Amino acid sequence: MFKFLTLLQREIKSYFYAPTAYIVLCFFLILTGFNFHMGVTLLTQGRSEVTVVEAFFNSVPFWIGFIIIFPPITMRLFSEEFKMGTMETLMTAPVRDWQVVLSKFGGALFFYVIVWLPSFLYFVIFERIAGAEAAHAAGAYFGSYLLLLLVGCFFLSIGCFASVLTQNQIVAAVMTFSVISLFFFGGLVTFFSPNLSPMLREMVGYVSTIEHMSEFSKGIIDSRRIVFYGSATLFMLLLTHQAFQYRRWKP
Amino acid sequence: MIKVEHLTKRYAGFTAIEDLNFEVEKGEIVGFLGPNGAGKSTTMRILSSYMPPTSGRASIAGYDLFHQSMEARRHLGYMPESVPLYTEMRVEEYLRYRASIKEITGRRQRERIGDVLALCSLQEVEHRIIGTLSKGYRQRVGLADALLHSPDLLILDEPTAGLDPNQIRQVRELIRNLGRHHTILLSTHILPEVEMTCQRVVIINRGHIEAADTPENLVNQMQAAGGITLEIKPGEEEALAFLKTVPGVREVVTGPKEAGWEAYTLRTDAGADPREELWRLASDRRWPVRELSRRRATLEDVFVELTCGDEI
Repeated sequence: MFKFLTLLQREIKSYFYAPTAYIVLCFFLILTGFNFHMGVTLLTQGRSEVTVVEAFFNSVPFWIGFIIIFPPITMRLFSEEFKMGTMETLMTAPVRDWQVVLSKFGGALFFYVIVWLPSFLYFVIFERIAGAEAAHAAGAYFGSYLLLLLVGCFFLSIGCFASVLTQNQIVAAVMTFSVISLFFFGGLVTFFSPNLSPMLREMVGYVSTIEHMSEFSKGIIDSRRIVFYGSATLFMLLLTHQAFQYRRWKP
Repeated sequence: MIKVEHLTKRYAGFTAIEDLNFEVEKGEIVGFLGPNGAGKSTTMRILSSYMPPTSGRASIAGYDLFHQSMEARRHLGYMPESVPLYTEMRVEEYLRYRASIKEITGRRQRERIGDVLALCSLQEVEHRIIGTLSKGYRQRVGLADALLHSPDLLILDEPTAGLDPNQIRQVRELIRNLGRHHTILLSTHILPEVEMTCQRVVIINRGHIEAADTPENLVNQMQAAGGITLEIKPGEEEALAFLKTVPGVREVVTGPKEAGWEAYTLRTDAGADPREELWRLASDRRWPVRELSRRRATLEDVFVELTCGDEI
């Protein structure tokens, strides 16, 4: 456990050694700030029936920011160490493969949480200043951030897997983005083709992140989504672990 | 300390090493030699548990590399060829991190870091970022890392590659001192260095072991390669034919001519030393002699003989 924590600590620190972290954080603050501003403006004009939280988590800028953030977080995890050769020093120390995989995933998750943390302040400040509620119930906050975390875990584990497959960070980033987009835009099929068979519609709904978010941001917490993202993350991490071993052990 | 049995590693389409067998005893400094692509790094990577062999087995300090990999790694300090380091970290910070994952903590960690910093003369760069250090310093940081947990066995892949002559001397000195307490397996291309530091050499070529012995024995077996340099002024006579008749001379190579002086290099049969006969021949024929010397065979001759073969 101690070794795992040491590895995790290095992974977290390594984000802040490079300028990428600060660029991502800045970009995110601007984007979410703009998004929040848009949501509030919409409401003051009285044009919308939704709450601030719903407006925030279901807008186009939110989704754009959401899906492009994963590649820069995960692309360097394994690729960089393979390229620099530091994987060799790391793996000849007495550490286990799963410790390395989990510490890298954990480091990415930590950074992801840091990225989203400031957005919560917006709602706190809004309630303080406007004196109005940003959501109907605490469950809406909880649901939104829970889903953010769950989807984050899943998409980060996809990024981990992509990064373990190649030495090239750009390739890892493109792979991550492609797979995430597939999942993400796959959910939009129901909007574009309304005459889908009910079974297919349900299947798409099961993986459609956009639909899940619209539920969760209303405070409707569906355990099926928790199971889906949880097991998908686990599956991707297992795959990452296998691929990691294979890369070193391949004949 | 190291036991390698029938070790084979095949990559897709080619065999890096085949049926390697050798042992390294406790306390030895063993040089691992071979041309580029001979399989040195592959062998070292297998011994450091970075990758498994295709077949065969190896153990370190009695621990099987495959089944007891964690234990084996605890007894091993390994420095890979290019000395990969986290360039964004500071020296001391990096060593602390490495010590922690090698299970050295608390007071012992502080002591060991102090020790290796002193041993590798790194105190003055302790707080510098590794990325800003020169190659020589980085090499020493890599070595310090390998020494952190005072391992029984050190595997160093080309520890002097890319260093200047002064740094090479320092590293060589360091390795020789380390040899008092550690078993060392090192690979290098600098052969005089091996003669100076190693008690035994293993020469590998195209995945096979060509020779494994002390440097002295290898050189003695290779006396033939040494050769004799002779410089005479034979005047009008044809010296070549005479030289060839001297017993023990296997081959005569004509060298440059300069104002009547003719240089010859003579290859001799194994163990033969025909210098006396050569001098007698010259004095009988009244040829002035300017040079008559024997060049001792070096490890380089052994290396070239064993690894060049038919390729050149």
